[in-house]
Amino acid sequence: MAQFTFEGTEEQERQLKEFIAEEKGEKGCLMPIMHKANQIYGYLPAEVQTMIADELDIPLAEVYGVATFYSQFSLKPKGKHRISVCLGTACYVKGADKVLDAVEKELRISCGELTPDRKFSLDSCRCVGACGLAPVMIVDDEVYGRLTEKEVKAVLDKYIKE
Amino acid sequence: MTIEELKKKSEVLADLIKVRRLVREQAEKLAPVTGYRKQVLVCGGTGCTSSHSLKVIEQLEKSFEELGISDVLIVKTGCFGLCALGPIMIVYPEGAFYPHMTPEHAKTVAERHLVKGGDIVKELLYEGTVHEDGSIIPFAEIPFYKHQMRIALRNCGVIAAESIDEAIAAGDYMALAKVLSSMSGDDVIEELKASGLRGRGGAGFPTGIKWATSKAAPGDEKYVVCNADEGDPGAFMDRSVLEGDPHCVLEAMTIAGYCVGAHTGFIYVRAEYPIAVERLEIAIRQAREYGLLGKNILGSGFDFDIEIRLGAGAFVCGEETALMKSIEGFRGEPRPRPPFSATSGVFGKPTVLNNVETWANVAPILLYGSKWFASIGTEKSKGTKVFAVGGKIHNVGLVEVPMGTTLRTIIYDIGGGIPGNKAFKAAQTGGPSGGCIPAKYIDTPMDFDSLKAIGSMMGSGGLIVMDEDTCMVDIAKFYLEFTADESCGKCNPCRIGTKRLLEILTRITEGKGRPEDIRRIRDLAEYMQSSSLCALGQSAPNPILSTMNHFLDEYEAHINEKRCPAGVCKSLLNYYILTDKCRGCTLCARNCPVQAISGSVKSPHIIDTTKCIKCGQCIAHCKFGAIIKK
Repeated sequence: MAQFTFEGTEEQERQLKEFIAEEKGEKGCLMPIMHKANQIYGYLPAEVQTMIADELDIPLAEVYGVATFYSQFSLKPKGKHRISVCLGTACYVKGADKVLDAVEKELRISCGELTPDRKFSLDSCRCVGACGLAPVMIVDDEVYGRLTEKEVKAVLDKYIKE
Repeated sequence: MTIEELKKKSEVLADLIKVRRLVREQAEKLAPVTGYRKQVLVCGGTGCTSSHSLKVIEQLEKSFEELGISDVLIVKTGCFGLCALGPIMIVYPEGAFYPHMTPEHAKTVAERHLVKGGDIVKELLYEGTVHEDGSIIPFAEIPFYKHQMRIALRNCGVIAAESIDEAIAAGDYMALAKVLSSMSGDDVIEELKASGLRGRGGAGFPTGIKWATSKAAPGDEKYVVCNADEGDPGAFMDRSVLEGDPHCVLEAMTIAGYCVGAHTGFIYVRAEYPIAVERLEIAIRQAREYGLLGKNILGSGFDFDIEIRLGAGAFVCGEETALMKSIEGFRGEPRPRPPFSATSGVFGKPTVLNNVETWANVAPILLYGSKWFASIGTEKSKGTKVFAVGGKIHNVGLVEVPMGTTLRTIIYDIGGGIPGNKAFKAAQTGGPSGGCIPAKYIDTPMDFDSLKAIGSMMGSGGLIVMDEDTCMVDIAKFYLEFTADESCGKCNPCRIGTKRLLEILTRITEGKGRPEDIRRIRDLAEYMQSSSLCALGQSAPNPILSTMNHFLDEYEAHINEKRCPAGVCKSLLNYYILTDKCRGCTLCARNCPVQAISGSVKSPHIIDTTKCIKCGQCIAHCKFGAIIKK
């Protein structure tokens, strides 16, 4: 996978530091801070983790440990459109693996990767709780339910053509 | 607010809520008193909003403006349970049940039903609610709802999910008022013990004993925690409670705080549930405004407040010691027990930790008494259980039934059976930690002990139905992929064991299984069960062991005959041409990239399975459906 350079702005840094200043000293503040950083930057590259470690005066290893433990935190950037295919059990027994295959084929990336133009990132997730619509795929906040592998292209085309 | 003020408040909207609970005739009499001619309830849970129920609400508002309708109330509720029919809309006082709503349908219903003098739009009603003669069956009478008993979900789909006033009118906070005014902590704990309530998160530990241990534990600082890290893929009852009736959880946590002497509560909720998180934030804010959280609650002098902590996508954080590590801001790795959380939990302090559904059962027990609760269910499993029924079944959704209801009732009477007249093969309960229930045990009562006896478990209540097209080896592999991925890596038996088990299963599904694999799996599973640190590792082999116990023939077919009986495992499938369907058009032969198909024009072709690379080109090109995989 291609390397992406960090493109954080001063404004983003100011927002994060402000939040850290508010939370610092609270018991168990690291997780809320990481969530905030993830929300501001969309991912948690080494630069952002270093910022958090410095501000909280804790070892970078501790921040890195938390960042790599939870699947919601990513060290790699996400695409303009985030695609997530549900691989929960209810979706799986209804053919979610075939939907994921079709998306991978269509975008020519594997699950967990980003397209070179940064337009799409693809992940799988474990149950969004919309089991009545299984199998489901989520693009940004839009949920596409009762999908078949054949319908995947039409859904993606909408985003490719914009 | 004082208890008197709370009671007054509950009376303001009481009739409005009653209309939604009464049968049609009574509801129609009561409706005019409420100031609203009709009420339209639209599901605003995750399932229905995913299929655009919010656009239905927008359209209703627009139509009301155009049509000058001002005496019909629109209510955005939590989940109605029948997710397969979403988005769902129910109109009271008639109790008309409209499934699969679209903005266009909403417009039609507004114009023909909701206007003054309008009548039910029969062709849009759920077909199950219309008799052959055209008369309408109240939706509570249809099989899906008739066999249910709703305690934890009592207010879901009944009240406006973001309105504390409706929650209070529906009875929320009444148990808190009763406890603060007339019960001691010990009274409450005795009542819980007598009720027989057991934890709904999976382990089934008696709730009353948990609370009593925390109460007895020394320490002036204690905590109350709600486990809303619903990680079992396919289970969504906790999410629905939080989305549909968040106040019932806040109320129960406050009661626990009062009993054990805690003043702070944490709700640890999955970040993957944005609607639930938002509704909780709203509910906490409203409860603080009303003085139902914060200082001097209901004038009792008792202080309690609740904070939300977001999970970040780690299944192991549903395990209580890992969850508490995560609340403290660390990697969510479990630790050995004892000490148990009741004596040494969050920040090393005594902690009462229960799952969402357990919390949702507390208030009714205290309001209606332990005798009432203990009269429901079986000898050792009291009350009800919510199941999230999914997979190969008609009525995908949430089902709350008395403990001891049989699997058959849930699948056929409530669930409407299996689509496409396929045969029921097995149901998986307890998710990645549970096991499967094969068809021969379909009359097993669903309670903690009966499920354990047949090698499955209640778990959190996920229930995935599988039909004859499901390969049990593949399903076991699916769960192992999950646990191998989610193993936190702290202890060797789980970290290495899940990986090795997955390797063996992958090998089997690829046709490279060895005869000794079955014994290897059993040995490895036993080590993991006896030596893993937490429940994740101890229970990770369950899906394999139970599928192996009930479907050993499938494992043997994969290993010995290199054959997948359900036709799922790709590497084991072969392509065949049905001679009676093949017209000899030669299209398949011309498109086969490896020249594996032979035959002359207008006579049946044949595939050489030794040459075939299983690319599927022939099936894609055949116009007569003459090529099959098996």
